[in-house]
Amino acid sequence: MRRVAIINYGLTKVDKHWKKSLRGLFGDAAKAALNNSKVTNLDALIIGNMCASDLSDQNNIGALLADYLCITPATAFRVEAACGSGAAAVLAAYTAVASGMYDVVMTGGIEKLSDGVGRDTTLSLGKAADAEYELFYGSSFVSLNALLMNHYMHIHHTPRDAFADFAVLMHKNGSKNPYAQLPFEITREMVLRSDKIADPITLYDCAPVGDGAAALILCPLEEASKYSDNYVEISGLAGATDTINVSSRSDLLSFNSTVIAADRAYKMAKITPRDVDVAEIHDTFTITGAISLEDLGFSEKGKFNKLLAEGAFEPGGIVAVNPSGGLKSRGHPVGATGAYQIVEVAMQLMGDAGKTQVPDAEIGLAQNIGGSGSSTFVTILRRSR
Amino acid sequence: MSVPRYWREIPGRTRLEAQKCSKCGHVIYPERLRCDKCGGVLLEPYTLPEKGKLLTFSIVRSPPSNFVKMAPFVLGIVELEDGTRITTQITDIPVNDVSIGMSLEAVFRKISEDGDSGIIQYAMKFRPAFR
Ligand SMILES: [Zn+2]
Repeated sequence: MRRVAIINYGLTKVDKHWKKSLRGLFGDAAKAALNNSKVTNLDALIIGNMCASDLSDQNNIGALLADYLCITPATAFRVEAACGSGAAAVLAAYTAVASGMYDVVMTGGIEKLSDGVGRDTTLSLGKAADAEYELFYGSSFVSLNALLMNHYMHIHHTPRDAFADFAVLMHKNGSKNPYAQLPFEITREMVLRSDKIADPITLYDCAPVGDGAAALILCPLEEASKYSDNYVEISGLAGATDTINVSSRSDLLSFNSTVIAADRAYKMAKITPRDVDVAEIHDTFTITGAISLEDLGFSEKGKFNKLLAEGAFEPGGIVAVNPSGGLKSRGHPVGATGAYQIVEVAMQLMGDAGKTQVPDAEIGLAQNIGGSGSSTFVTILRRSR
Repeated sequence: MSVPRYWREIPGRTRLEAQKCSKCGHVIYPERLRCDKCGGVLLEPYTLPEKGKLLTFSIVRSPPSNFVKMAPFVLGIVELEDGTRITTQITDIPVNDVSIGMSLEAVFRKISEDGDSGIIQYAMKFRPAFR
């Protein structure tokens, strides 16, 4: 297997891009990734997306985008793992390059949720769950996570305020991110008083869904300097699964997919959680963020709130968590989210993160979840300057 | 939902039919190809108990569109007497009276309907147990 580098990237702001189509929006990210690079040819395009079939009446995204980017006859296809589609696509692209089958591969994610106006976006997103044994009973992505949050508070006696405080930190970080969908600060009271969605989850516990596209260009590490003088290595990555049905798990307060994917990725990168300087974690809901911090090894079980209050998840603490603002403030462009996270970590290591820059970040991690913990992809990057 | 899709899940959803591993005794629900605990392939038919306790719940106020008429309703995970867990709705009780740990029993109920001409879907919900 060859070692693999990320040599360039492109992002759009997460937003409601009414004037942009699927191809137009991804085109913006792809153009940004190709600008300032010496890449003249793409061998393949591997793209993450979840909802285009439901909301934009479009399948065959690979050919659609290859055509728009004028890179036909390059190999191109979509990867789908619900909200984990973005990082799943990067994993597929990594293996394509590492294997030696392809040299220069564009990957990333695209989601156009605003095309779903007048349709059932809640149902489309809910399809990440078990259609016959969860969705059938009227559950949704929010209510399944609400079951976890209620259980967490019951078992660990964690105060409701702690979850609100996590959202407050995310918005504080995201207020400095030019790509964020909700780039403003909030207070604990705003979270507590926001509309109830599925108790105990209120509106401000939830990540906003939006349109977004992120693109990355991968090539063999040995050839990276041919294309760019600032690149990062993908030093470890793994994907893992758990039961699709939340109630089939013996421990509802841990995502085994995250535990296993993280363990494998840490081993591959030959690091421990303590070595991670900056992490983009998958906080679809504040409870998802809390469980993820624990499963990734950044906090003991049931203790995230104590560390949060001590500033452990801010620069200078144990690990700088979600300097982008995370899903909560940067936004959650579903099938593109994992690609955003990996781009954001790469930007931190390349020193390109502007006002959200964590000083001297050398090792970074991105954790992207599909469903309510049924799929997780963990990607570890290392600075290569 | 199509008629075949609804019909083929009747054993699991309305008769609470599951599988039991003949090697380790683990109950498998919903059904799988092998035992998700020990990997055993010899699975026997088994019917879930109809009583249990509420493990966790949520009062759902913003549901998918075909459940809007019923909101707010309670979604819960019920831990049955044999330890098997099942996600379903909690019914026949004011939403604010639901509490973790309460004793529940299965009851046959309408779940949803597909518009004016689609099929009406039924399955098991759980209600406070009469003791
Ligand atoms: Zn078994």
